[in-house]
Amino acid sequence: MTPAPGAVPDLEVSSVTKRFAAHAAVSDVSFSVPRGSFFSILGPSGCGKTTLLRMIAGFIQPDAGRIAIGGRDMAEVAPNRRPVNMVFQHLALFPMMTVGENVAFGLARRGVGRAERTRRAEAMLERVGLAGAAPKRTDELSGGQRQRVAIARSMVLEPTLLLLDEPLGALDLKLREHMKVELKQLQSAFGTTFVYITHDQSEALVLSDRVGVMSQGHFEQLGTPQELYYSPATAFVAGFVGANNRLTGTVRAVDGALLDVDAGEGWQVRVRAHAPLPVGAAVQAFIRPEAVTLARTPEGLPPGQSAHSGEVTDMLFDGANSAVLLREARSRRELRIALPQTGAFADLRPGARVCFGFEPERAIGFAAS
Amino acid sequence: MREAAAGSKWSRRLVLALLLAPALLWLLALIILPHADLALLSFRERVAPREYAPSLAQYRTFFSEPLYWHVFVRTALMSALATLITLLVAFPIAWIIAKLARGRMSALLFVVCLIPFWVSETVRTLGWMILLRESGVLPAILVHLGLTAQPVELLYHDATILVGLVYTSLLFMVVPLVGSLESLDNSLIEAAYDLGARGAAILRTIVIPHAAPGITAGCIVVFMLTLGNYLTPTLLGGKNSLWFTEQIYTQFITRFNWEQGAAFGFLLLALSTVMVWVGLKLSGQRFSDVMRRV
Repeated sequence: MTPAPGAVPDLEVSSVTKRFAAHAAVSDVSFSVPRGSFFSILGPSGCGKTTLLRMIAGFIQPDAGRIAIGGRDMAEVAPNRRPVNMVFQHLALFPMMTVGENVAFGLARRGVGRAERTRRAEAMLERVGLAGAAPKRTDELSGGQRQRVAIARSMVLEPTLLLLDEPLGALDLKLREHMKVELKQLQSAFGTTFVYITHDQSEALVLSDRVGVMSQGHFEQLGTPQELYYSPATAFVAGFVGANNRLTGTVRAVDGALLDVDAGEGWQVRVRAHAPLPVGAAVQAFIRPEAVTLARTPEGLPPGQSAHSGEVTDMLFDGANSAVLLREARSRRELRIALPQTGAFADLRPGARVCFGFEPERAIGFAAS
Repeated sequence: MREAAAGSKWSRRLVLALLLAPALLWLLALIILPHADLALLSFRERVAPREYAPSLAQYRTFFSEPLYWHVFVRTALMSALATLITLLVAFPIAWIIAKLARGRMSALLFVVCLIPFWVSETVRTLGWMILLRESGVLPAILVHLGLTAQPVELLYHDATILVGLVYTSLLFMVVPLVGSLESLDNSLIEAAYDLGARGAAILRTIVIPHAAPGITAGCIVVFMLTLGNYLTPTLLGGKNSLWFTEQIYTQFITRFNWEQGAAFGFLLLALSTVMVWVGLKLSGQRFSDVMRRV
């Protein structure tokens, strides 16, 4: 989703920095989120994403930089006066109130009359598929229903921006998968701008229009889920987003944009260089499990791919995500390779010897720090 | 097998009975028996030396003698007022201990609330007398600052009694309040703030409803302690204190009218029971929930 020319983005964060003592929790982060889009901030715990979200909500003041919501500078604007609402990590539904009172809470604070706010709260509950739940207590609801109440409670105020702080974290796996789809549907139904933080790369990839990958207080890469997955900008993104095999080695030869890398004990692999590297440079290469082709003999590999061989150490059956773990014959490096859906290699057993190869274009090498 | 099972069941019951025995004995010997005897005492009248007859005369005296029931009502109202003031003073303290102070600071503040209890109540109250009497510390300071021309007597006022009662009761209000405020999830406060609420609205809609069992528990304990307090009102209020426990003391010790004293005792018990019941009804709390907070 791209913004219409000249449209003011709903959220604009420019060079925002926050320090706690000597530690920079967020350093010089900038991004903007166009109206109606779903933006995720993805990063491991402790990367500063919660601090960033709390600065947008107004609970923390940035040390430097500017946050504008709907084109308005938010410095000096208290959280209760910002056109922003937040869905908290553990939802923070008010247990002392009914579902209806929870949803009507924000309206009551704005001085909306009792009859009107009851009507609007019930209409909002109906939109999130909870018609008739208003008189219930919050602990009578299931995890997914509570989630929807938390969203309804914020959305009833028609915020410019809805912030979501890992709201799926507390749910079990099955429900989380379900709520992922539901969140995306809710977001497109409301058309409100969502800013979502998570440490779960699959949530970020599935839900978002754009994702900012955060590490140690700064953005490593900002892009669409496809860009993050297929053209990671840094080794951190390559390792963090999606499953990946990481090999470390040194550059033996350079052939245009391709590198011949010694990945240990003379095992040579050919990868695409993310940025030009000289011969002898330390490199870390990433190869996606699904980019690798398996074969029983070198002749079974697609023409043009150099053949490597290895010994199966484990079969990991997981339906469509099944994979095989193997050790490369020379370097004894462990690799994870996706099994084809055809079931062609379902009979592999630990100890079996197989060949594998990959397109150098689909493997990517970064300078190792 | 079956006999063994039955045997172990009996031995378990025996252990339970033995464990409960001290508490039950204490309840029986020190609470139920004396109260039963007091009840009997209160329902009889001396008709001749060493001769008694069942009668309601003691209770009739209470209602026919204005001084008695004036003091009774006054004690109830003053106790309720002292409870309210204690709540208002204790709430910010409990809030700081539960929500704002961290780790050692929070423990330290708790100790500060506890320190007065290292000294006996008598000594504490006498300390107040040293501070407040006409030739005491505070009147001297007032004169020194030029606020009063002469040293003023700060003892023997209702306000003095209230100060003493609040001071004595503070800890018993702070403890249940801290417990109930600590269990309040901070994200609820943030969520309310995020949804547009301000301080007063958050206090009214989130904090007080959450802390209600703790508030009620603290109020019940403080009210009972205040109502039954003898030393503080007597020492700080002097002859003007007109506290109901003082009337009971007078009947038992000075007048040697145990029958009248017993009737007063029961009236005080009835008063505190009724007030606690009214308090629970007004705050919509259940007794069992509240007692878990004490």
